[in-house]
Amino acid sequence: MADTDDFEFLEIATSGSRRRVPPQLVIGAVIVSVIVGIGMVSVFWTPYDLNTVDVPNQFLRPGSDGYLLGTDKLGRDMTSQIMAGARNSLLVSMISTVASLIPGVLIGLLAAGASPFWQRFISRLTDIGIALPGILVALVLATSLGPGNPTAIIAIMFWFIPTVARVTMGPARQILSRDFVEAAQAYGRPRRFILFRHVLPNIGPLIIVQASVMFALAILIEAALSYLGIGAQRPTPSWGRLLKEAQPLIDKAPYLMIIPGISIMVAVIGFNLLGDGLRTYLDPQQTAKGTG
Amino acid sequence: MTDLLASDRLFFDYQTRSRRRDANSDWTLRDIAVTIPAGSTVGVVGESGSGKSTLVRLLCGLLTPSKGEITFDGRSVKDWLSEDRLEFHRRNQIVFQSPASSLDPRLRIKTSLSEPTRALERRKPDPAELSSWLKDVGLSGDVLSRYPHQLSGGQLQRIAVARALSVRPDVLYADEPTSALDVSVQAQVLNLLMGLKQRHGLTLVLVSHDLAVVARVCEQVVVLKDGQVVEAGQTVEVMTDPKTAYTRTLVEASRATSLARF
Repeated sequence: MADTDDFEFLEIATSGSRRRVPPQLVIGAVIVSVIVGIGMVSVFWTPYDLNTVDVPNQFLRPGSDGYLLGTDKLGRDMTSQIMAGARNSLLVSMISTVASLIPGVLIGLLAAGASPFWQRFISRLTDIGIALPGILVALVLATSLGPGNPTAIIAIMFWFIPTVARVTMGPARQILSRDFVEAAQAYGRPRRFILFRHVLPNIGPLIIVQASVMFALAILIEAALSYLGIGAQRPTPSWGRLLKEAQPLIDKAPYLMIIPGISIMVAVIGFNLLGDGLRTYLDPQQTAKGTG
Repeated sequence: MTDLLASDRLFFDYQTRSRRRDANSDWTLRDIAVTIPAGSTVGVVGESGSGKSTLVRLLCGLLTPSKGEITFDGRSVKDWLSEDRLEFHRRNQIVFQSPASSLDPRLRIKTSLSEPTRALERRKPDPAELSSWLKDVGLSGDVLSRYPHQLSGGQLQRIAVARALSVRPDVLYADEPTSALDVSVQAQVLNLLMGLKQRHGLTLVLVSHDLAVVARVCEQVVVLKDGQVVEAGQTVEVMTDPKTAYTRTLVEASRATSLARF
């Protein structure tokens, strides 16, 4: 036994250092923190007031004196607009992501633990949900609720909940087929309890990764909805709305489209890198020793 | 010896609701009658798909029979599960085939080991108890703060056994407890199970595809094929004088592997 014990000791010693932080995670985290930081600062301070019209200073190019990112057709400062737009994008994305995750994960978990009939029923329901075109749902909602951030959030939830339910259900069923679940049943744990005690923590990393990918998608959808005029309305600042307002001026002042466009792109890339990095970072534990 | 467990005309199928069937075809298990005396060691043998794992899951209440009755300690398992569910589970514990998947990878060993006591006795075991359970299976207390992926298959299987025994069951079911382990570790785990059986006065039900393993450990054996009992009795008799061709092939196969092993 002594030999095998030594061997075990070696293995434990190496398993700690095996967990390396992937570079995507670092880059993603940095981008995300910068954007979150900018959004938070904009609550208290922006270089200029968001809605002060200053016509003499209209269409200043980026880099003009005192206006880092230039001004729009009414002389409003773009830097301030972009900063405040970050806040709106993050807020809408965060609320809609969390508000989709909670019911989505619950539906997926309970469905995975339900009888085959209910599993099929909920699978078909999520199929329908996924098949519904999100933009159409958003347009219908906008006509009944009126445009604005709440409409955008509800539309994104309609979009995400079926996907989350689907993404939760498959892995949850896989975990339910593991022996430790049967062991828990054999020591009298009810199925519901097992879902929350054993299944949820085991699919946790997957849900975290899914959340960061959804966050990136939510930023895109929020921008798209604002661009279409369904999301944020003036005076609420929003990247998508900036794009929309800049569109007629694309010949005269292309930077008015490019700047919010790049902001959206950077934010999306940041959250995608974060999600990808988390996936790699949280995974090695499973693959370190073939748990099968 | 009194019979602790008995089943009579037991039928089981995984798809009871969706399909209607005639009486004799296509059951996962059909017309099973087994008796397990208190304190005995019974082996359940058969090839893959013969229904042996299904049978122990029925016996320990993880599955419900489609037809027929199982009695445990003079009372129907159905009644046990509706009236004294926790007590039934406390007295019937099971160890599974794959040590890697028998423990929740996200929980420390001490948490996994505490679970049955918390679930069945509604209390948290103290550290001294945890260590004594581990000592009982030949492990030291320093595995308590580890995670399953930091331990070997043999260690994990010992922990799974310790967890099952932590609630002092009457019957321990072991579903292929050694088939996922190295040959040298297999013998250790089997010896451990035998030792524990003696010390705790357990009734041991051992499932295996390997008659050699069962022959070494069990006084009685039940041979399953295609969901039916083809032979049952004292291990010595079955080994020396198999009554069916199927058992004979199993016996010969087990001789061949024993020769190859020693």
